[in-house]
Amino acid sequence: MIESLVPAGSSYAWEIDYLFTFMFVLVGFWFLACEGIFFWLIWKFRAKDGQRAQHVTGDEKHLKRWITIPHILVLVCDVFILGGAVKVWYDIKQYLPEPQQIVRVIGQQWTWTFVHPGPDGRLDTADDIYKVNELHLQKGVTYHYKLESVDVLHDFSVPVFRLKQDAIPGRVITGWFEPTLEGEFDIQCAEICGIGHGLMAARVFIESGDKHAAWMASETPLALAANVPLQRAGEE
Amino acid sequence: MAESIPSEAPAPADDHHGHEEPSFWSKYVFSTDHKMIAMQYLFTGMAMALIGGFMAYAFRMQLAFPGIDVPGFGIVTPANYNALVTNHGAIMIFWVAMPVLIAAFGNYLIPLMCGCDDMVFPKINRLSYQIFLLSAVVLLTSFFVEGGGFGGAWTAYPPLSAKAQYSLTPLGSTIWLAAVALEFVAFLLGGINFITTAMNSRAKGMKLYDIPIVVWMIVIASILFLVSVGPLIAGAIMLLFDQNLGTAFFDPARGGDPILWQHLFWFFGHPEVYVVLLPALGITAEIITVFSRKKLFGYRTVLHTTIATGVLSFTVWAHHQFIAGVDPRMAHVFTLTTLLISVPIAEMMFCYIATLYGGSIRLTTPMLWALAFIAEFLIGGVTGIFLGASGADVYFHDTYFVLAHFHYTFFPIAIIGTFAGLTFWFPKMFGRMMNERLGKIHFWGSIIPFNFIFIPLFVLGMGGQHRRIFDYSYFPELALPWMQDIRVLATSALLIMLSFQVVFFYNFIMSLRSGEKAGKNPWKSNTLDWTTESPPPHGNWKELPTVYRGPYEYSLPDREKDYWPQNEPN
Repeated sequence: MIESLVPAGSSYAWEIDYLFTFMFVLVGFWFLACEGIFFWLIWKFRAKDGQRAQHVTGDEKHLKRWITIPHILVLVCDVFILGGAVKVWYDIKQYLPEPQQIVRVIGQQWTWTFVHPGPDGRLDTADDIYKVNELHLQKGVTYHYKLESVDVLHDFSVPVFRLKQDAIPGRVITGWFEPTLEGEFDIQCAEICGIGHGLMAARVFIESGDKHAAWMASETPLALAANVPLQRAGEE
Repeated sequence: MAESIPSEAPAPADDHHGHEEPSFWSKYVFSTDHKMIAMQYLFTGMAMALIGGFMAYAFRMQLAFPGIDVPGFGIVTPANYNALVTNHGAIMIFWVAMPVLIAAFGNYLIPLMCGCDDMVFPKINRLSYQIFLLSAVVLLTSFFVEGGGFGGAWTAYPPLSAKAQYSLTPLGSTIWLAAVALEFVAFLLGGINFITTAMNSRAKGMKLYDIPIVVWMIVIASILFLVSVGPLIAGAIMLLFDQNLGTAFFDPARGGDPILWQHLFWFFGHPEVYVVLLPALGITAEIITVFSRKKLFGYRTVLHTTIATGVLSFTVWAHHQFIAGVDPRMAHVFTLTTLLISVPIAEMMFCYIATLYGGSIRLTTPMLWALAFIAEFLIGGVTGIFLGASGADVYFHDTYFVLAHFHYTFFPIAIIGTFAGLTFWFPKMFGRMMNERLGKIHFWGSIIPFNFIFIPLFVLGMGGQHRRIFDYSYFPELALPWMQDIRVLATSALLIMLSFQVVFFYNFIMSLRSGEKAGKNPWKSNTLDWTTESPPPHGNWKELPTVYRGPYEYSLPDREKDYWPQNEPN
């Protein structure tokens, strides 16, 4: 259901979409059942002349069943939802696959700074590519992000990835994603961070291997690029 | 002075039954009468609701028509926008739901339903209201200081709330926090009274299981509040120190931890949801039993599930912090407890629905509000499951899905619950009936637009729209035409809903002046509040009542009348 509004752009996005649909069906059933019975009772037992209400305490065994059986069924549904939620959470937040690339994401009032590894494929070297409000990723590559904040809380939110993570000053939080959809999408700050919170918008560019390499080449200073063997786009 | 003493006992010093007419000041301003204090809370709460509603109007106009010169407000700047959403939230919870549901109804109903002449500690009660009023005044001043009102969200997460260089509202945030702390003190004092009075001052013969559910609910809510608020008061003082004295409790650069605040805040914040929910549920129980002429289905089940919910509500707080940077393994525990709490609440809802079975249901205005509470709160309840489930919350956290969800809980609580209680007890409070026709116009004019405001916001939330953004045009995927259409739809529905409130105020004032005389018991109800005059005199009864049975003995087959008041001898 979510994917009809926001495309699924990461390897785990579909897990959240399925979980949501699964819960929607379960919860929707209970909701419709409750509201249906509720309105039916209001209609069925509307006041009529000369007809008195029944005296029911709710402690009668044959009536109490109407509470205890649904009660147990709700508990069973909860177990299924719990299972699904724990599985999805584990895959996204607890499990960390080996990264092929690492990017650093830095939030500050009110911009995102993204540090991409340069042609050497490693962070914290001279060829790192710093971009403000632009994150460039290669489709199909497993990334770790190192999330930091300079000042207040921010939240690194990429709707197409179905990913949110708060950035906390004084900490480096590591997480992962693998983009699966080429294109250009929104990055939000989803934690209020002051008067410019509504302006803290960035874009993620998910590119094929060739295009990504071309972008990297265009961003790499010539002096650095000269020392590094680099396959340019269209050179094959 | 408020024990359930027999009437021949020697009169206490400040005699409730004295004949001297009290002066204006001692009657309306410095009164210790629980009913007057209830009215003070009620009207202060309603005035604050108008302010909170006006704020919603201003920021919803900005969202629907970005950059518009909002009539009555002006241009909404980003700083204005943040201050508006922050204070709308804080006001509606702390200065509307709390004073009206707990303090006004608690003060009004507990002595009347328990059959005593006043609260156990009337002077503490008065002090509670005075501190509350002070807190409201302090809050309102925060909008007019240099830098403007605080705009760091009602959750006030540091470091944004802790440092003026980040929030840019040095005075606003300090005054805001002081107002919140004062408000907590007021309700601590009030809560002591509610619990003590209900436990120690009941009428002769009223056993624990004879107490009307609404009184139980307010008592349990007060206990939850007393137990949960301590950590937050401590947190608020630490944050005030961080703001003004240069301490670093929440400053990571100097060894503090901003996450600590979140734990202190939500340890209080989640039970707080139940603190306001329970009185509204109690009011609903009283109304549906009266207007379906039925005993509450499973009184003890409802009471026990309420206590279970209260206990569990202390174990779920970190579901607000799944993605806040806490240990990811912790999410499993809090998902489990959060899903567990759905069980007693669902059971309670089943009992309410089952109460209608076999009834003789009359759809009066209070009954419509009470039924609407159940129908709408169910939406709030089931959508909460998506957010309590950690895996789904990764996507939904801080989106409009969350916003729509909690408005489907808080609007039924604070608005529907209040209107239910007010229309139900209006005859008792003021001695006159409200106009049913106007009451129904107001009901439908509020409830239909309400759904048109918030159902669409679920869709925006699913579309990834995040909260507290003054203008979505900076986010290409959120600036799509269909999304803007939905924002306009929600705002239009809000305008319609707000305008229908005029009908309520007109009805309220006209009924006060010229409504039909109510008599003692217009709804043919069983509880003790309906056995005294309307409005009840100072001291409530000439002779305090004695109780012979539970509060919900309706439609007994072998009795001629279909109700059996608690004070009627067998």
